[in-house]
Amino acid sequence: MKFALFLGCNIPARVSQYAEAAQAVSQKLDIELVDLPAFNCCGYPARNTDHRAFILSAAKNLALAAKAGLDMMVLCKCCYGTLKRAEHLLNADSSLQTEVNRILAKENLQYGGRVQVKHWLSVLYHDVGIESVKRKIAQTYNGLRIAVSYGCHALRPSPITRFDDPVAPKIFDELVEVTGAYSVDWARKLDCCGAPLTGINDRLAMDMAHKKITSAREAGAHFLCTACPYSQLQFDRVQHRMTLNSDNAEPLAPILHPQLLGLCLGFDAKTLGLSQNQLDLSRITSFLMSE
Amino acid sequence: MFDLLFFTSLTIFLLGLAYRFSTWFTRKIGLSGPPIRTRQRVRAAFSGVVRLVWGRQLLTVLKTLLGDILLQQRVLKEDFKRWLAHMLIFCGFVLLLLMHALEPVVSERLFRDYYSTLNPFFFLRDFGGAMVLAGVALAALRRYILKPPRLQTNRRDHYAIALLAVIMLSGFALEGLKITSYSEFQRMLEDYAGLDDEDEIQALESVWINDYGLVSPNLKGPFDEDLLTEGREVHFLNCADCHSSNRWAFTGFAVAKIMQPVAIALDRAGGLTLLWYIHILACFAGLAYLPFSKMFHILATPVSLITNQVTAPGRSSPANSLTRRIMELDACTHCGSCSLHCSAGMIFTARGNDYILPSEKITMLHKLAAGKKLDDRQLQAVREGVYLCTNCDRCTVRCPSGIRLKELWYSVREELLRSGPPLAPILTPYSFVRGLVMQDSLGADEYARPIAQARQAVAGQFTILMNPDRALPLNAPPAADRPPSAGEQTFARCFSCQSCTAVCPVVGNYENPEQVLGLLPHQIMCCLGLGLVAMASGARMIWDCLTCYKCQEDCPQQVEVCDLLFRLKNEAVARKALTRTTPPR
Repeated sequence: MKFALFLGCNIPARVSQYAEAAQAVSQKLDIELVDLPAFNCCGYPARNTDHRAFILSAAKNLALAAKAGLDMMVLCKCCYGTLKRAEHLLNADSSLQTEVNRILAKENLQYGGRVQVKHWLSVLYHDVGIESVKRKIAQTYNGLRIAVSYGCHALRPSPITRFDDPVAPKIFDELVEVTGAYSVDWARKLDCCGAPLTGINDRLAMDMAHKKITSAREAGAHFLCTACPYSQLQFDRVQHRMTLNSDNAEPLAPILHPQLLGLCLGFDAKTLGLSQNQLDLSRITSFLMSE
Repeated sequence: MFDLLFFTSLTIFLLGLAYRFSTWFTRKIGLSGPPIRTRQRVRAAFSGVVRLVWGRQLLTVLKTLLGDILLQQRVLKEDFKRWLAHMLIFCGFVLLLLMHALEPVVSERLFRDYYSTLNPFFFLRDFGGAMVLAGVALAALRRYILKPPRLQTNRRDHYAIALLAVIMLSGFALEGLKITSYSEFQRMLEDYAGLDDEDEIQALESVWINDYGLVSPNLKGPFDEDLLTEGREVHFLNCADCHSSNRWAFTGFAVAKIMQPVAIALDRAGGLTLLWYIHILACFAGLAYLPFSKMFHILATPVSLITNQVTAPGRSSPANSLTRRIMELDACTHCGSCSLHCSAGMIFTARGNDYILPSEKITMLHKLAAGKKLDDRQLQAVREGVYLCTNCDRCTVRCPSGIRLKELWYSVREELLRSGPPLAPILTPYSFVRGLVMQDSLGADEYARPIAQARQAVAGQFTILMNPDRALPLNAPPAADRPPSAGEQTFARCFSCQSCTAVCPVVGNYENPEQVLGLLPHQIMCCLGLGLVAMASGARMIWDCLTCYKCQEDCPQQVEVCDLLFRLKNEAVARKALTRTTPPR
């Protein structure tokens, strides 16, 4: 199993532990990841103001993967949703595709719609399979309650993203429960984390985060679990700022999915970069028990 | 004459250096809080250096000196060919500088029996020259023929390559002509050999013609073997002690061969003097121009690389950070690594704004720091360029000169946000990192003002609704400049069930959502149905949209609500001319 690993912009700069943990776990699960250094921004930030810049950025990435003959594994849900949206628009509009290819041709690239874009969770669930993951598990959690945050841009619009059932998704829950942790049922599991408005309308962004965190805490979760750098930064750094600015209760720390799984696969906290998260995760190892 | 020219250019060089170094402490760029005086900056830098010497970081400095500065590992990591070109120029030039240019000061003092015409010096000089020439050729090949994506070449790049090329080519031409020159042969004969016998001189001349590339107006080959044997004997006795075979100067010798047909004419016309002047003047021009050229990086880049290694990001005092930013602008070699790897590469392609590229931003910031005044259009282009950055930090990681571009952008971005009209991209996730990282180091008002200004600029005035007597212009024709793309007409299916508004978490966040958001999602769809695009794109709702797609997912009519809001944001920005409209290249 071989994929071009698409990290996007946030992960290398601010959530590098996500990439490191995902790479370690991938190796254990026999997923070969290829780094294509020419990958650029997925186009996500450009979407709001400049449609053309968005399409071109996304199309170049898809064309690069096609040239390498690889499907893409994306770690960021906003990158995932953006690439899927661009793919949809390009496939539906041949004149757009022609125009994009005219520009890509200058870099000897071509968009042909052959590349499959998959998110980290989809690869683990559909390509590796829960059973295969289970076989590699060295130790499981006992009594750990996790609140998974699905991430809007992977889940919706479901006809385009085709990630999971938009109303009753299960792949993230199952990929958490394979570790022995209990995936709690919580009201705001499918809601927005607020990250898209951080830096634009911080009050609203924090309201969204606050509602989700409260809901997860009410469901008795020990930790949040994310598989997206935007959600991770929102729950980690923005929540940290929120707790500093209020006499609110203890923060509810988020853990990245490959970090959560990696501990069960026998990787140590350092390899998985647990200390690079701003909010403390050290308590999680106390839930681990050897098989 | 030589001395006059030399000391003039040396004086310009030294004054230039002093001036350039002084600008590190006088110029300003980016945000630095309360004003910092030059004296404070000098003192801060000085105490930084003292700390460095006393601390345990000398080892780091040595490691950087060897690895990053002398061996140029960071360039090697980028691209072998570039490293090769740079190493050839660097090593060749140092060799030539010490051995050849500083001959009286270095070579002659170091070696007792030094003759520039004797091996190994004779060969080494040529070897050094060939290295530089090969390096310059590789550099020119990259800049003018191979042209990696987004590599921009400006005047300073042209000048640097041209100047080096003129120095090297004139040097080789001079050497080649000297090899062929009959007048030079006669001069050496008189000065060094002291031969009187006509036969011996003829034999020697024949050998120099036959073996060493001399072109004589009197003799012509092929020569008798006996004559050559005699001539070699004479050469061995009278010349060989201080003149190695011209073939050792392999490049010059090759040039001499090419020059052969015109050698006599050139020699008689005083070609030697002319070439000597060209060579010397080019060298002196290079010396005087160095502090003002991109070659100043020879001094600034090592400083930048060492500073990069010995200071932790974000730990320096404001005075040193400011000094550092200015110094880093000088350390940029305009090599294009940052722009090659820039994540916003395609955003640049789409918008055609050069200042999206890090290398061009740096060049412009250098000019701005030097006090260049921009017109409104240029300034807005720079501001947009600095903002359309996805904050992936690749430029900082890749920069072979160790410039912390990321910190430069953060700081300059805030400074530029305060000048000039509102910027639309501030209302998009380009602002995520500003909100995440910069917010804490800015005052609440400084942070919020640019956002508020941009919101104000894109907000609709809804004047059409203020006048109850005026009919709404319904069914306005769609914008003709752009054909509708997939899903764009889906609003027509809306039957106002309000599901979108009911599930919207933004609407749900407010007690009086209409007051805060202007129009609610279903009302926006309604506007679109009525052709009131401008009204829809003026609603605050579209900028407060979290893009969570709940509305779109839950719509029983499959209206692409969220994607239509994206479209409206594009419309609003275009309508308010908050976007530069440069045609894409």
